[in-house]
Amino acid sequence: MRDFQVAIIGGGVIGSAIAWELSKYNIDAIVFEKGSDVASGSSKANSGVIHSGINSSPSSLKARFCVEGNQMFKSLANELGFQVNWIGKYVIAKKEEDIKELEHLKGVGEKNNVSSLEIKNRLSVKLKEPNVDCHAALWVPTAGIIEPYEFTIALAENAAENKINFLLETKVTDLKKQKNGFKIKTNKGEFQTQLLVNAAGLNCREIVSMLEKPDFNIYPCRGEYLVLDRNYHSLIKSMIYPVPKKHSGVLGIHLTPTIKGNILIGPSAEFIDDIDDKKTTDKTMKTLLKEAKEIIPNLPNNSIINAYSGIRCKLVSDKDGGWADYRIEESKKTPGLINLLGIESPGLTAAPAIAKKIVQMISQYIELGYKKRLKTVKKRKHFSELSEQNQVKLIKKDKRWGRIVCRCENVTEIEVAQALSNPLDSKTISSVKYRCRAGMGRCQGGFCTQHIIKIMQKKFGMNIDDITLRSPNSKLFYGRTREVKDE
Amino acid sequence: MVELERLKMSDLEVDIAVIGGGPAGLSAAISAKQKGAKKVIVIDRNNWFGGILPQCIHDGFGIEETGKSMTGSEYAEIYIKKAEKKDIHLINETMVLKLNNNKDITVINRNGLHKIRAKAIILAMGCREKTRWTTMIPGDRPSGIFTAGVAQAFINLYNIMVGKNIVVLGSGDVGLIMARRLKLEGANVLCVVEFLPNPSGLPRNVVQCLDDYDIPLLLSHTITCIHGRERLEGVTIAQVDKKMKIIHGTEKKIKCDTLLLSLGLIPENELSKAVGIKIDNLTGGPIVNQFFETSISGIFACGNCLHVYDIVDNLSKDAKNTGQYATEYANSQNKGINNNNKYIKIIPGSGIRYVIPQRVTKSGKVHFRLRVEKSKEKSTLRIVDKNKEIFNKKLNFVTPSNMIGFNFNITSELLKSSKNLEVVLDE
Repeated sequence: MRDFQVAIIGGGVIGSAIAWELSKYNIDAIVFEKGSDVASGSSKANSGVIHSGINSSPSSLKARFCVEGNQMFKSLANELGFQVNWIGKYVIAKKEEDIKELEHLKGVGEKNNVSSLEIKNRLSVKLKEPNVDCHAALWVPTAGIIEPYEFTIALAENAAENKINFLLETKVTDLKKQKNGFKIKTNKGEFQTQLLVNAAGLNCREIVSMLEKPDFNIYPCRGEYLVLDRNYHSLIKSMIYPVPKKHSGVLGIHLTPTIKGNILIGPSAEFIDDIDDKKTTDKTMKTLLKEAKEIIPNLPNNSIINAYSGIRCKLVSDKDGGWADYRIEESKKTPGLINLLGIESPGLTAAPAIAKKIVQMISQYIELGYKKRLKTVKKRKHFSELSEQNQVKLIKKDKRWGRIVCRCENVTEIEVAQALSNPLDSKTISSVKYRCRAGMGRCQGGFCTQHIIKIMQKKFGMNIDDITLRSPNSKLFYGRTREVKDE
Repeated sequence: MVELERLKMSDLEVDIAVIGGGPAGLSAAISAKQKGAKKVIVIDRNNWFGGILPQCIHDGFGIEETGKSMTGSEYAEIYIKKAEKKDIHLINETMVLKLNNNKDITVINRNGLHKIRAKAIILAMGCREKTRWTTMIPGDRPSGIFTAGVAQAFINLYNIMVGKNIVVLGSGDVGLIMARRLKLEGANVLCVVEFLPNPSGLPRNVVQCLDDYDIPLLLSHTITCIHGRERLEGVTIAQVDKKMKIIHGTEKKIKCDTLLLSLGLIPENELSKAVGIKIDNLTGGPIVNQFFETSISGIFACGNCLHVYDIVDNLSKDAKNTGQYATEYANSQNKGINNNNKYIKIIPGSGIRYVIPQRVTKSGKVHFRLRVEKSKEKSTLRIVDKNKEIFNKKLNFVTPSNMIGFNFNITSELLKSSKNLEVVLDE
């Protein structure tokens, strides 16, 4: 049985950020993730917004970690080689009476030390966003965008390269408190750890209940999104948010540009019973389009290339207002168990600040000494984003740079091979997609999937029956046609 | 297909550059060479030529053209051999990144980035399949959902089985062909679900692929939800009424592990759009004149990137003409055929989905192709000029899945006097 100092349950953005923060120290730590890759749950299915901190009430943990996290992203992007764009956001007032709300948000933001907030009139918004119609808007220049899976993968991969263990497709099935820590049962064997970090997201209650009676409930709240074709990237330049509805605990359906030019519409907010029910619904897809058209009247039909949903982990029900602060604390009943409960929006922004806090909590038990040498991340650009000169150089170095595999996103053969050689050893169709964008374009993998399968078989020795879409049982194929089976 | 090496030279000058080595591109290239173009190249992204045809191992190709029914692969082979014999430069595993108005082409392959300058360009990029999200089918997002053409590639090119218990959504030709193909491979094909009250594919395919194999075709039905969090576990189907609205209470869950989507095809025109070629929203392809020339002088279009054809025979024939016109343009340096200042606009009127060409720029006999909106037993096709009928043709059975072709002489008087001609279909 392998023994660790720290075990983290959950490879979402929170678990991965904690792992990355820990990887700077000499420590024996492991992350258990039940999905086939990190960022398999809510960390992948959100708006990818680096929030400024105007939406959480002053003195809340949400406000504190959001503002702190926001300021960390500039250097994080350099250190980890992911992209961040500080495109800013407009919260738009459709009616005159909404201006009061803008002033309220501005007041909250200023109390939270968010800088450069400004209320702009209709004309000034129109000048920058000609497709958006509004009465007035609050301009929030410190809000930015990232690809949330790119960030989480970067955290986890760099942590793995610096000797933090990651076990994918590993579900924690039972926990036992022992004298000096915990015994962890999983489908991949048993482990021991001194400290246990519960970063299981929507499953955080299930994990707690393995050790003690939880004093909280989870109220899953589904948010659906639509993704627009990159051809329509010029419709907006900044994020466009409505004035948040009162007492809903969510920000409302908004339009978010992504780093690569697809605009996201969403998310909706629907309280559901099942934490895993990530379906999209006819009704909500129609509502999303309708509400988006209220913001951008000339949004074209047939511009949607994908739809998905993510689930918020809420600690308060719809009836009780839907808003609760994060709970980031060591259990009083079970010393050594550090819980992260109800980490929903702005969790992506808050993640790096929360991770620092958790590592500080860990340091009260374990003496943390810096590693002498850390592997750094080489900043990687997609081939299609390079200058022609640099493209030519790369092809000279390795011919596989010249072979385009995904024609919608111009992804090359070597980028697919690099994605499959990731340090987490995640080898699904989705793990390729989220690392190099093959299959993310308008044909949704129609042309490139067969080439990726070929590379998986020939270069990585994978059997076609073991190839999955994104989770352990999402197999893609049913063997060979007319297969001759040995008796 | 040995041409990859020759592209090592960093610059190339050619008479005709064809983008796409499917049946349209090959047919256009062969014809260009026959009409006297000196250097003709065909560029394709794949490592094979023939486009989608090599994965079409069913027969029915070339009947109208040759009188003989062939498989797609056999049909493609004829064109590939002809092209090779005619010393056409076939360049594979090479992708065109961009074009410009001066007909410079930037391509990429394992040997690097290259610029090609052409006297005339022929676009023949083909089409792509509509996905689940083009029609926004709600539900879970499991594995086991394939577009019919992708499933066809896995089965016929790679011998990989995509599933065991299959539902097909959409009765387009690829869907019908794949329903039969999977049945022959031992899968359980539960049904083909079609939103419209009539099948979308060719009548012969409904008989030969479904009826002959007892595969039920559920017309006026659609899928309202997809179930399964990892692999597909089932779909909910429901009936739709005459207004295409779901009839509540008719929902029924069908257990299956695989869903094939045959929802229609979209002409591939990312390159065309990027260079600024005008696109017809009805066809999804470039607006062309009777010489298949796009809104940019010297750039021509043929095949499924122009509009989605019914059968390859018609496609090859039009592509052949495209090759000829492009060569005439390249050889004579005659820039006159695309007169964007003075042309007649051809407008699809009632009963007509679209008409090719959309513009007539020169007087003479013009061959039109069109698709109708709905099936009709007896009807009359008319061309109307300012409320006056100037042409009519009686038609027997018409259906959207079969294209209709006819010739009409555009006189120089008409070209002078008229701005728009409307094509209509009456009872």
